[in-house]
Amino acid sequence: MGYNPEKPMEGRITDLGPPHYEQFMPAVIQKNKGKWLWHEIIQPGVLMHKSETGDEVYTVRVGSPRLITCVHVREICDIADAHCDGKLRFTTRNNIEFMVDAKDKVQPLLDDLASRDNKFPVGGTGAGVTNIVHTQGWIHCHTPATDASGPVKAVMDDLFDYFTSMTLPAQVRIALACCLNMCGAVHASDIAILGIHRKPPMIDHKRITGVCELPLAVASCPLGAVKPTKAEVDGEEIKSVKVTVERCMFCGNCYTMCPAMPLADPEGDGIAILVGGKISNTRSAPKFSKLVIPFLPNNTPRWPETVEAIRKIVKAYAKDARKYERVGEWAERISWERFFEKCDIPFTEKSIDDYRLAYDTWRTTTQFKFTSHIK
Amino acid sequence: MAKHETPLLDQLESGPWPSFVTDLKRQAETHPDVYDILGQLELSYKDRITHWKHGGIVGVFGYGGGIVGRYSDVPERFPGVEHFHTIRVAQPASKYYSTENLRKLMDLWEKHGSAVTNFHGSTGDIILLGTRTENLEPFFWDLTHEMGQDLGGSGSNLRTPACCLGQSRCEWSCYDTQETCYHLTLHYQDEIHRPAFPYKFKFKFSGCPNDCVAAIARSDISVIGTWRDEIRIDQAAVKEYVAGNYPANGGSHSGRDWGPFDVNKEVIDLCPTECMWMEGDELKIDDKECTRCMHCINVMPRALRPGADQGATILVGAKAPILDGAQMSTLIVPFMKIEKENEYEELIEFIETVWDWWMEVGKNRERVGETIQRVGLPTFIKVMGVDPIPQMIRTPRENPYVFWAEEEVEGGFERDIDEFRAKHAA
Repeated sequence: MGYNPEKPMEGRITDLGPPHYEQFMPAVIQKNKGKWLWHEIIQPGVLMHKSETGDEVYTVRVGSPRLITCVHVREICDIADAHCDGKLRFTTRNNIEFMVDAKDKVQPLLDDLASRDNKFPVGGTGAGVTNIVHTQGWIHCHTPATDASGPVKAVMDDLFDYFTSMTLPAQVRIALACCLNMCGAVHASDIAILGIHRKPPMIDHKRITGVCELPLAVASCPLGAVKPTKAEVDGEEIKSVKVTVERCMFCGNCYTMCPAMPLADPEGDGIAILVGGKISNTRSAPKFSKLVIPFLPNNTPRWPETVEAIRKIVKAYAKDARKYERVGEWAERISWERFFEKCDIPFTEKSIDDYRLAYDTWRTTTQFKFTSHIK
Repeated sequence: MAKHETPLLDQLESGPWPSFVTDLKRQAETHPDVYDILGQLELSYKDRITHWKHGGIVGVFGYGGGIVGRYSDVPERFPGVEHFHTIRVAQPASKYYSTENLRKLMDLWEKHGSAVTNFHGSTGDIILLGTRTENLEPFFWDLTHEMGQDLGGSGSNLRTPACCLGQSRCEWSCYDTQETCYHLTLHYQDEIHRPAFPYKFKFKFSGCPNDCVAAIARSDISVIGTWRDEIRIDQAAVKEYVAGNYPANGGSHSGRDWGPFDVNKEVIDLCPTECMWMEGDELKIDDKECTRCMHCINVMPRALRPGADQGATILVGAKAPILDGAQMSTLIVPFMKIEKENEYEELIEFIETVWDWWMEVGKNRERVGETIQRVGLPTFIKVMGVDPIPQMIRTPRENPYVFWAEEEVEGGFERDIDEFRAKHAA
């Protein structure tokens, strides 16, 4: 049995969708769905949910690099088989959750996890740093301006104590996207690590005719910087495009549409840091992250400048913010000028918006603070 | 495949956070193609640039999405990753799994692919990272026949919908996010597998305004649970919080000494609408002024719960910045009952009204939020057949440039200039 290439359509099954979720839920979850009353984090990484039936479920949250192999997934399964009746779940932030239905089952689970080197760190709950949502980077993507798993590993190594503890004013959500396409949707994170390009695309005139619909390449540019032109290839005139360099904002959309316009570059590419976004509607409305560091280099394998910049922001926030205050709420209360000062980040014109709707971000009041920026 | 020297990646094996490099090396022992993944990644670390070519259209018969083509630009050095196509497999709602299911899927992936995965992709799918073109159909056969599972979305189609864990393990979820997500995912299999839209389209289902799946920032249609009656208060539990017997915020701040719990400072003063106060030792809420931000409920989960008349707020149009800048979703329907009894009829009608319009007027690679910006929110709400309400805006417009329609103005637009001039010399 199996696929028969001679008769590809015979016996084909399509449009099944995902399997029904209920068969995968632990028994205590199935039984108490819709009946939960309250929860409590009893120690970092361990949650207890109480049901109106009197049942309790204990959840142990464990970090994961997201990029994991079949061998690692089988080890996760071994743990769930030994402690959780063969059931588990993943969170939207790439953590693994092991659930047990009694308190006395928690410690054996924790002991087992701790016995497996550093593969299964317990934490990521409450007022700390949980796992970093991130993209593919150099392991799979064709448009990245930085790697993903490497910077994430370096940053999480550095912030590890914040993953296993709950000492911050509120949760700090960090996300990484390896280019402006933002598959990682970092645009509403407390701290966003964003891969950026800084060199305009090259034009591969030899290739463009075969791989590119020229009108689509021209239309792809939001600033009209890509224009039709003629070029000479092997003595013959061909239709191609040119880029008005001073209008290019390095978004890479032209390369997405036209493979003959590559823009990645070892010196040009790197990381921008944005801060102060949030998703939750708690207290203040959801907010976008704001660009505070325009560029840090791709210094492999551990991105020391990025790691240091994030540590400085988290430390300043930990020291200064009020209980419950998210990074963005803190920055808005103390003022952005004070934020730059407290985080020891030089302010540059790169943080002043000059794209669409930029005016919304300019200050049109006499209210400001006399920080060190005023000479 | 031979083992390659990886001096740069080796430096990512130290440190307390689990190392993907150590994991890849372990897998390579039984699946040697993984040595070439490490080899090419090491080259990228040395060159500080990607070594994957642009694009490559591959797939399985009858589907226009679910597989992302990828080829190495250095295949002669790393033949094990010459083709490295990604397969997106639709995840079960809320990402619960049995080990039996996961083990079977891993067996299939070791047989047909790289043995490397992501749990999960940003949109929610299980990502199986890297296989050859000739393996796609055999894998798909086994996935559908042996496991009864299916691919997710990619390209200009409905992307695999995702939900928070909802009522399965959360006391705040105001509708069954799992069942809604599952039902709509099955209902729209054709839209997920066969791209017919101007661009990608995402649904996300969050059970409450804490929005754990980031619906408001990441989905074209964001369904976020809410309620329209009173926050349920257990005054006895309020007293326990005030007395310091229950940990604030579900114990989430227990790692630092923040001093004794202060209900005024931590709850009442932080309420964005100032609609709470203490009367003696009882907590009072003026619920009609409450905007359901969740702060007080988050801080006192044993004393406060969302109201019992539950449903969802429907917002439209979130996206990341490419191209015109990032957008959050905009509120269109303040409250909708989300119920299985009528098979989500109202929500489905809403979704299909958006699609019918967007498929007609949306430009190529224009997300629906950008289309709405281009034509204006007033036009969109007319399309949706909903009445304008102040809940749709942050502030009223700050300019007077209203597009009056002719039928709204007495006497219409047609006038006679000669008649005008008879009374008004030029």
